[in-house]
Amino acid sequence: MAIADLRDGFAAWRLWGRMGWNDILQRYRRSLLGPFWLTASTAIMVVALGFLYAELFKTPIRNFLPFLCTGLLVWNLLATFLSEGGIIFTAAESYIKQVRLPYSIYVYRSSWSKIIIFAHNFVIYFGVVTYFGIWPGATALLAIPGLILLVLNGTLATIYIGILSARFRDIPPLINSVVQLIFFVTPIMWKPELLHRRVYIADINPFFHLIEIVRTPLLGNVPDLKNYLAALLITAINLGLAGLVFTRFRSRIAYWI
Amino acid sequence: MNTDKIQSEMTMENVSVSFPIYHGGSRSLKKSLLFRSSGGHLAADANHRIVVEALRNVSTHIAAGDRVALIGSNGAGKTTLLRVMAGIYEPVVGTVRTRGTISPMLDIGLGIDPDISGYENVRMRGLILGMTPDEIAGKMQDISDFTELGEYLDIPVRTYSSGMMTRLTFAVATSFAPEILLMDEWIMAGDDRFITKARHRIDNFVAKASILVLASHSAETCRQFCNKALWMDRGMIKAAGSLEEILEMYAETQRGTVDVA
Repeated sequence: MAIADLRDGFAAWRLWGRMGWNDILQRYRRSLLGPFWLTASTAIMVVALGFLYAELFKTPIRNFLPFLCTGLLVWNLLATFLSEGGIIFTAAESYIKQVRLPYSIYVYRSSWSKIIIFAHNFVIYFGVVTYFGIWPGATALLAIPGLILLVLNGTLATIYIGILSARFRDIPPLINSVVQLIFFVTPIMWKPELLHRRVYIADINPFFHLIEIVRTPLLGNVPDLKNYLAALLITAINLGLAGLVFTRFRSRIAYWI
Repeated sequence: MNTDKIQSEMTMENVSVSFPIYHGGSRSLKKSLLFRSSGGHLAADANHRIVVEALRNVSTHIAAGDRVALIGSNGAGKTTLLRVMAGIYEPVVGTVRTRGTISPMLDIGLGIDPDISGYENVRMRGLILGMTPDEIAGKMQDISDFTELGEYLDIPVRTYSSGMMTRLTFAVATSFAPEILLMDEWIMAGDDRFITKARHRIDNFVAKASILVLASHSAETCRQFCNKALWMDRGMIKAAGSLEEILEMYAETQRGTVDVA
């Protein structure tokens, strides 16, 4: 049943594709820049924080800003999976209570709109590498499998966060506060090298590995094997959790929202 | 696909549905709910949570060609029953077996985005009902003819009146022949001429050997569209049979209540 739900939901790609796209349009309807408002605000943040932190950490801006930029782009994608995962079913109440659609449609819809937003933001990356004259070469292509793995994990997390949040309404605000904390303890605004001997602080952080497998290739380096192994382990855990929660509680979602 | 239709049908056996109430302060909620004269029965489950037993031991069989009216007071379980039929709520106990594609029309607002045009909304709603873009494009003329909205279809739906909205969604939902059509009584929102047109369209469905289940408070609406009736009372089927028979019994008790009051 759960597998059929995922399959039938995926087959309805026209529906979730349009729903996800509408979600973004709705936010920026009648505004001049439209979805590029996202790009503009992220760009401003990257530049402002880039200059400030390069100064604070006494690192050359040429070195720091591209690192911060790619890190922030990837983090924004990952963070929205967590912080918006809680509302994917509760926000779709009017659909769920009126028509039987595979529940996975709401999951695909949210992942799709996050990918679209990421794509808009990604323009900044091209701007930054051009400005600083960085050419990551073919290594950058390694970011693609990394990104796929990251989106897969985000989607799986969305499934169980969404279902559990429909039942326990305290989860979304709880996650939001945790996400903020994670942002500061994960090497995004600071380089992991700054940890020196205490590098384990980054290594035990699952988010670090998921970010590394996308960020490092974009900056022209090959990620460590440990990053990949950790990412695969995280994927396995997420797969198990999502599978368990989805098969067990899928049919209760309509009752909970 | 075979040209002759599969006989659609729907069988429910001992279906029970209950909603746990999770909100804080369930004690006061319990009190307030107990004072409702009608409505779902309240009970406590094994974990001592308060649950509303919205449907209890509902068994029924609906065959192709049946036009069933669901009658009963507010909170008797009509909408819940429609939702169970539509597969939205999987019953806690019991089984529901349906054969045929289902088109639920429980809410006018479903999938209606007020900021996009009527045409765009038709496409969106068509997708929700499982149509392909080609099928939707093929139906577009028929839909715009039925709605008589003309150029209004090009402007955002937020400018529509509720009657216009009803015509739009009704046209979309009825433009691909569903085998089973489930409706709540919002269909009544529309002028007389629209109701007449709607009736023609529904007559068409039933002629195609489909099923109609309509929840309504109005005996007149039931007479217009239905030939059978299910009388729901506190989550149970109180009586089932031919429409006139049940309407008579129902009217009898309604008079009774008035007398007592």
